[in-house]
Amino acid sequence: MTPLLVAQIVLTLFVFVMLLNSAAVMVYVERKVAALLQQRMGPYLVGPKGLLQPLADIVKLMFKEELRPKAADWFLFALAPIISATCAFAAFSVVPFGADTTIFGWVPEGLRLQVADVNVAILVVFAIASMSVYGIVLAGWSSNSKYSLLGGLRSSAQMISYELSYGLALASVLVVANSLSLTDIVNRQAGAWWHVLPRWFVFVQPLGFFIYMTAGIAETNRAPFDFPEAEQELVAGYHTEYSSMSFAMFFLAEYVNMVTVSAVATDLFLGGWHGPFLPESLGWIWFLLKVAAILFFYVWMRWTLPRYRYDQLMRFGWKVLLPLAVVNLIVTAAGVLYFGA
Amino acid sequence: MIAFYLFGAIAIAASLLVIAQRNPIYSVLLLIASFGALSGLYVLLDAPFVAVIQIIVYAGAIMVLFLFVVMLLNAPHEETEHDERVHPLLRRGPMRFGGVLAVALLLELVWALTKRGGESGAFPSAAVSSVRDIGRTLFADYAFPFEVTSILILVAMVGAVVLAQREVPR
Repeated sequence: MTPLLVAQIVLTLFVFVMLLNSAAVMVYVERKVAALLQQRMGPYLVGPKGLLQPLADIVKLMFKEELRPKAADWFLFALAPIISATCAFAAFSVVPFGADTTIFGWVPEGLRLQVADVNVAILVVFAIASMSVYGIVLAGWSSNSKYSLLGGLRSSAQMISYELSYGLALASVLVVANSLSLTDIVNRQAGAWWHVLPRWFVFVQPLGFFIYMTAGIAETNRAPFDFPEAEQELVAGYHTEYSSMSFAMFFLAEYVNMVTVSAVATDLFLGGWHGPFLPESLGWIWFLLKVAAILFFYVWMRWTLPRYRYDQLMRFGWKVLLPLAVVNLIVTAAGVLYFGA
Repeated sequence: MIAFYLFGAIAIAASLLVIAQRNPIYSVLLLIASFGALSGLYVLLDAPFVAVIQIIVYAGAIMVLFLFVVMLLNAPHEETEHDERVHPLLRRGPMRFGGVLAVALLLELVWALTKRGGESGAFPSAAVSSVRDIGRTLFADYAFPFEVTSILILVAMVGAVVLAQREVPR
């Protein structure tokens, strides 16, 4: 076992554990920010400032009874949350989150802060995102409940509609960066224009960033696009019949998906780990700060905007977002052709 | 090599189970599993781009629509007018039809393998692994078939819209 191999195994486990933790932290942040926006206290009883609340929630979920509807398809009912959680974790595996490091000279070859270095990384993220719809659809179908089925159908229609805009927003970044590897895309964004404005793709592709974030929120089924689990209409949508840890897995998948979408947005549009004041080896701090900012934006959106109507969602997706994304891609391609990359 | 046999075995087993299943939802899921295994084989062939496209296009887009339709039709079991105790594949009609298909497939396989001499040298490995080369080949050497295919798909789309539209709005 070379130091590089050991370091990579440790890194993989570390990313896995940190993603699990990020879900717990996001639950706490979500409740605290919601309380802040609604002038409430939020959780404050368990631990100092309610910091141990996620731990209490996890313990509560673990000891709840695992219920299964009598008419459910037991195999798919058990499989659906596993698909959701697996896809959520798998998507993060190709996301780089820092420059190469030697860990104080212990790994002479240099360890890349990324679980798997794939040269088509961005497409892998897209492929896994398109697979994660199965978890929700199957959960809706196998529960054998009308609310679940409607939630599952809505989710598949929504994800298919917004995947197109999502993919086209990714494609316009690819055209600018001239690469499919996320590491290359981040490295193209190093430095600054006129020593002031960082060379982030969000300044080249503002419309692309808007489309990416809108479609990303729709892909992760978050408010204002949380139709698969619209409480007032569908009880809890696709996970109505789930309880205990299988419910927790859907919950976990939702938060991990949010983290992945934010991390990919950071890599694609916000310059990844590049930033002023810090040396390259501490770039991951910049990365974390940017991801945290986008996640805060996510939570902020949820507690600010009301849910759209379903037909509004579909009309917006097909008649506004998709044409915008196509025009953006064509203009970007023409610009790259005219000015050079 | 172990990975090749593993993915190959999964692909073949899943494909066989697709036709052996009575529940169409399971058939769809097994077909997805088969596509996943095929994409694993592409990775082993050093063509990650093709592997990912296989997942995005087939497993991610087309099969979602399949699943959607099957769920909306809500047909949990095949409609059978024959004896329920006999497996549907073991009845006379399907067996004759399947037999003809199997013989045809066998002949085709034998013909294809003997013609190429078992080794196909059509694609140099670099052409399949690099996205840039695939794009160049597709839009330069094969531009005409590519455009014809897109017109074919457009015609199919228009046809689907026309068929789905119940009455012409005035």
